[in-house]
Amino acid sequence: MFALQGFGPMLLQGTLMTIQVALLATFFGVLIGIVMALMKLSSSRVARLIGDIYTTIVRGVPILVLILLFYFGAISGVNALARAVGYTQFIDLSAFVAGTAALALAFGAYATEVFRGAFQSIPKGQIEAARALSMSRFTAFRRVSLPQVWRIALPGLGNIFLVILKETALVSVIGVEELMRKTEFAVGFTKAPFTFFLFAAFIYLGLTVVSMGVLQILERRANRGYAATGAQS
Amino acid sequence: MDASTPVSVRDLHKRFGSLEVLKGISMDAQAGDVVSVIGASGSGKSTFLRCINLLETYESGDIYIFGERLAVDPKGRIDNRQADRIRRRVGMVFQSFNLWSHRTVLQNLTEAPIHVLGLSRRVAEERAESLLEKVGIGDKRNNYPNHLSGGQQQRAAIARALAMEPDVLLFDEPTSALDPELVGEVLRVMRALTEERRTMIIVTHEMRFAREVSSKVLYFDQGLIEEEGPPEQVFGAPRSARCRQFIRQAFDG
Repeated sequence: MFALQGFGPMLLQGTLMTIQVALLATFFGVLIGIVMALMKLSSSRVARLIGDIYTTIVRGVPILVLILLFYFGAISGVNALARAVGYTQFIDLSAFVAGTAALALAFGAYATEVFRGAFQSIPKGQIEAARALSMSRFTAFRRVSLPQVWRIALPGLGNIFLVILKETALVSVIGVEELMRKTEFAVGFTKAPFTFFLFAAFIYLGLTVVSMGVLQILERRANRGYAATGAQS
Repeated sequence: MDASTPVSVRDLHKRFGSLEVLKGISMDAQAGDVVSVIGASGSGKSTFLRCINLLETYESGDIYIFGERLAVDPKGRIDNRQADRIRRRVGMVFQSFNLWSHRTVLQNLTEAPIHVLGLSRRVAEERAESLLEKVGIGDKRNNYPNHLSGGQQQRAAIARALAMEPDVLLFDEPTSALDPELVGEVLRVMRALTEERRTMIIVTHEMRFAREVSSKVLYFDQGLIEEEGPPEQVFGAPRSARCRQFIRQAFDG
């Protein structure tokens, strides 16, 4: 179908890098989201403020800008720190780490709101029952709240994942060798932009379709026990 | 305080904001006692029950569980380690069952024994299965709570509380959320428990049941115990006029 002119393996490599960046950003983004959601729901005013500041800033700045700030900011920060401790050579921070971290931060900000709603929707009585059965707060959180939060948060998280999966293309600007970067390289070499950009489009589309299938399976699994009546007393 | 007395309450005061819901409650439940707490909605009976296992805190007064005084400071802070220790001995059954919807009935029963008592899964499941047989829903072990009727859910919730082998069982209006035709099956299970000489404190609107099973009845009125005594007295010849009127309305209605 496509004449890839020998760029196939390279584009495959790029695709794998794209998947890797997306999955890592999701993993850390989910962790950040849970922690920040708990901070926003906490009784401590300081914790709530930190949560608010985080979600406001990250959601208020374009992801591309975030990536660039992270990359260059982190480089000068790390080097200033290195100079301070007497290290004179220039340290090049991995674009992969900076780009993934920026995407994780973005994922986390949107996930925070998803988790916050999910935690609030767990009936209070279920936590009370756990406490009345002598579970510690942590055990009740781990055994009762968290598993149920997945079910409620999953559609929202899936949505964020689909967005972030495509936003990974942005980390090509700082030189991460993912699908977009590889595609641009192939375009520059072959002067056949339409072919390669169309190919990239199909790869992203394919990844999205596969992700949606996986999400559907996960949601079905999480919904065991809820399906038949839906009514919750 | 006497370590053989399961529950002892002295001059308990509790307020929600400006509303004083408990205005000085004192009572004892001896081992094997079945204490029924009756009274109009808003009389403070559920709040009183929830103070006993520290689901609510209180401003003043003392609660002793087997002689151990519950540590609650005036700001409502509790000692979490003590609360966990007390709650192992004091089980609770809620009006709205509060089964965990993401776990099967059997898992609802094994969760706390495994993760709190540290029982092995095998032992916890054996215990759970015999309890489910006992409350008559052995065949529902692998169902999720939302697939059960209200009466079955409440029986599962009772079995879940029993799985911790508590010395005291608190019932917070266990049949109030049930359709009338399902009340009987839950009361039958509770009646069987009273015959095991287990200490039980039951907040209920089921007057006939309370009259038949209780060793002591407390009538709550506006945050105070207005009448207390054996069921023959409280139901048959109450001294308080308000209690008399409440009983008459309850049985006529």
